Amino acid sequence: MNALHVPAPHVPMEAEIVRRTQESPSVFSLGLRLCDPAQHAAYRFEPGQFNMLYLYGVGEIPISIVSDPEDGDELGHTIRVVGRVTRGFAALKPGDRIGLRGPFGRGWPLLETRGQDLVLVTGGLGCAPLVSVINYVAQRRGEFGRVALLQGVRHMDDMIWRERYARWAKLPDVQVLLAADVAGTGWSWHVGLVTELVDQLAFDVRDARVMVCGPEPMMLASVRKLSASGVADEHIWMSLERNMQCAVGHCGHCQFGAQFLCKDGPVFNYPQIRARLGVKGY
Amino acid sequence: MTTHGYLAREYFGRLLEALRNSGYRCVGPQVLDGAIQYRDLPNAQALPSGWRDSQAPGRYRLEHSNNPRQFAWANGPQALKPFLFAPRETLWCVERDARGALSFRAVLPEAQALAVIGVRACDLAALHLQDAHFLQGQFQDAQYAARRDGLFLVAVNCTHPAATCFCVSTGDGPDVPEANGGCDLVLDEVDDGFIVRSASERGASLIAQLGLAPVTLAQQTVVADQRQQAREAQTRMLPSRDLRPLLDTRLEHPRWADVAARCLSCGNCTSVCPTCFCHSDHESPAIDGSDSTHYREWDSCFTQGHSYIHGITLRADTRLRYRQWLTHKLGAWHDQYGRSGCVGCGRCISWCPVGIDITEEVAALAADTP
Ligand SMILES: Cc1cc2nc3c(=O)[nH]c(=O)nc-3n(C[C@H](O)[C@H](O)[C@H](O)COP(=O)(O)OP(=O)(O)OC[C@H]3O[C@@H](n4cnc5c(N)ncnc54)[C@H](O)[C@@H]3O)c2cc1C
Ligand code: SF4
Ligand code: SF4
Ligand code: FES
Repeated sequence: MNALHVPAPHVPMEAEIVRRTQESPSVFSLGLRLCDPAQHAAYRFEPGQFNMLYLYGVGEIPISIVSDPEDGDELGHTIRVVGRVTRGFAALKPGDRIGLRGPFGRGWPLLETRGQDLVLVTGGLGCAPLVSVINYVAQRRGEFGRVALLQGVRHMDDMIWRERYARWAKLPDVQVLLAADVAGTGWSWHVGLVTELVDQLAFDVRDARVMVCGPEPMMLASVRKLSASGVADEHIWMSLERNMQCAVGHCGHCQFGAQFLCKDGPVFNYPQIRARLGVKGY
Repeated sequence: MTTHGYLAREYFGRLLEALRNSGYRCVGPQVLDGAIQYRDLPNAQALPSGWRDSQAPGRYRLEHSNNPRQFAWANGPQALKPFLFAPRETLWCVERDARGALSFRAVLPEAQALAVIGVRACDLAALHLQDAHFLQGQFQDAQYAARRDGLFLVAVNCTHPAATCFCVSTGDGPDVPEANGGCDLVLDEVDDGFIVRSASERGASLIAQLGLAPVTLAQQTVVADQRQQAREAQTRMLPSRDLRPLLDTRLEHPRWADVAARCLSCGNCTSVCPTCFCHSDHESPAIDGSDSTHYREWDSCFTQGHSYIHGITLRADTRLRYRQWLTHKLGAWHDQYGRSGCVGCGRCISWCPVGIDITEEVAALAADTP
């Protein structure tokens, strides 16, 4: 038989929590190190890829890797508590052990977009997959053109990392634009939709490369706005979320039309998913 | 080396013996709980001699006659899929020691040489697709690979397709292709025995042990005639082998709501379908907390959980689930694996409790534009 390919990494590796940070009441970050030093040293990933993190006796979930790919110390993950597994992870502390399989999937086009202006649009609380890009670009500021970070939330209280955004805004040629649908006192940013921020960009978006992450209606609205502003579909990338069980392209749960998110995504060039995006039920 | 010959029915046991002598565990069709199913085959007498099936939407019945033939029936609920892609199996185990350290261990099925007797052309086509899914992508499935490696396949050309079969229109049957059939031996059954043909080197060396007689011209004529009749017997069909262009224009067709009003969303169709591959992972922790077993189980795009992501079910209603199933099976498979995911076996038609017929649904979708 034609056994051209490597056996699937079906079995987790043991990982230790080396750092735990509470980012907001429902969001926390875990720094992980693979317990086997050889495994840890050999581990490589790209921003936008994800790991399957395993909580002992409960199950596995897909979580993006947010640390820098050249940070050899720990693998960073930022997790929002929503259910069984994430709640279990929230209760863990440094020194505790979990399982890790990965990295899986295709990440953001950081080589392809080198030297270009970047517009990074995130919505809601689901911005973890793009945080890795922000960190990556911040570390390598000279390798990219101008950068705009557009982040929108429903309520101003949902905005985590306001200090981080403030820090990013101080980097050369980085424009930070925040929006909240609902805002109160102490909110000096835009009140409204994240898509409206496109009009405030300091550079011409037509030549920029755009990466979008967030709830699908928000991503669709962003794409419409950007297309109307002259951005080519081929210059837009976005990260999707679907149920995942195996992460190796076999269980069928993550399918989006003909794409398997776990291996063909989760980051897609917009034309790859254009036909089904926004169609209810896919 | 013999590649072709006649085996009288009373000597069929020689084939089983030769397979056992080569180390194979033999599995073959038998009548069990009112259906033809594949189980360990003790001897040739256990084959379903004289049994015929009668299939229709939502219907499968067996009838017995004095016909000496042992393969005069079309497929039962399942053939190869459960032997390679097990309905439930452990993937790995993890132990936790007193300090909380975890040790993970892969669990693989015991590699076993299995010979399956009686597989049909559609089963082989489906196997080909499951191979593509589990073995030929970026990652290889270790469980599937362990079982696949030792598989010996004895195929039988269909002489009695069921009313639900439409493999002619999908291009997958009723005969095994002369070249690259993907099996080891092919049988054509005649009243008093079998014409045996080898389809692989392993097959050729096996039939060399059977003492086959030359095939007569009369036998060749019988075989050609019954093959022709089997093709002509099929009345169901799909309108095209590539329905992608059609389905892409039918996503909002009212027929989806119509079929959803009948469909129970039970998932029978996906579990009998020889190409459906969906499964879920589950965890079974030991009561004392010292270890946990991670296993997978067949799942279906008709379940609530299949499209669940924290707080939302993307396909909450049957309309969206049936559409997902059909547009994947007949559409997205082309992009994923280069052809349709349907091999025309008709199982989903017979085993649907309310008799939903995939060919009829496609015809209705094709008939008019919304
Ligand atoms: C590629 C990818 C990257 C992700 N990255 C992050 C991240 O960086 N940070 C973060 O907080 N969340 C991320 N998620 C979402 C995260 O996987 C879910 O929030 C998590 O699975 C919920 O698990 P739970 O057991 O707590 O929730 P429950 O609601 O109890 O879910 C039960 C089970 O359903 C499945 N499931 C539920 N929601 C999802 C989902 N969105 N995606 C896949 N399977 C799901 C899981 O198997 C889960 O165990 C990502 C999802 C994907 C697909
Ligand atoms: S969709 Fe129905 S007819 Fe086609 S292969 Fe699956 S079970 Fe057989
Ligand atoms: S089509 Fe029939 S077999 Fe399939 S889920 Fe619906 S009721 Fe069940
Ligand atoms: S997560 Fe199983 S196929 Fe993608």
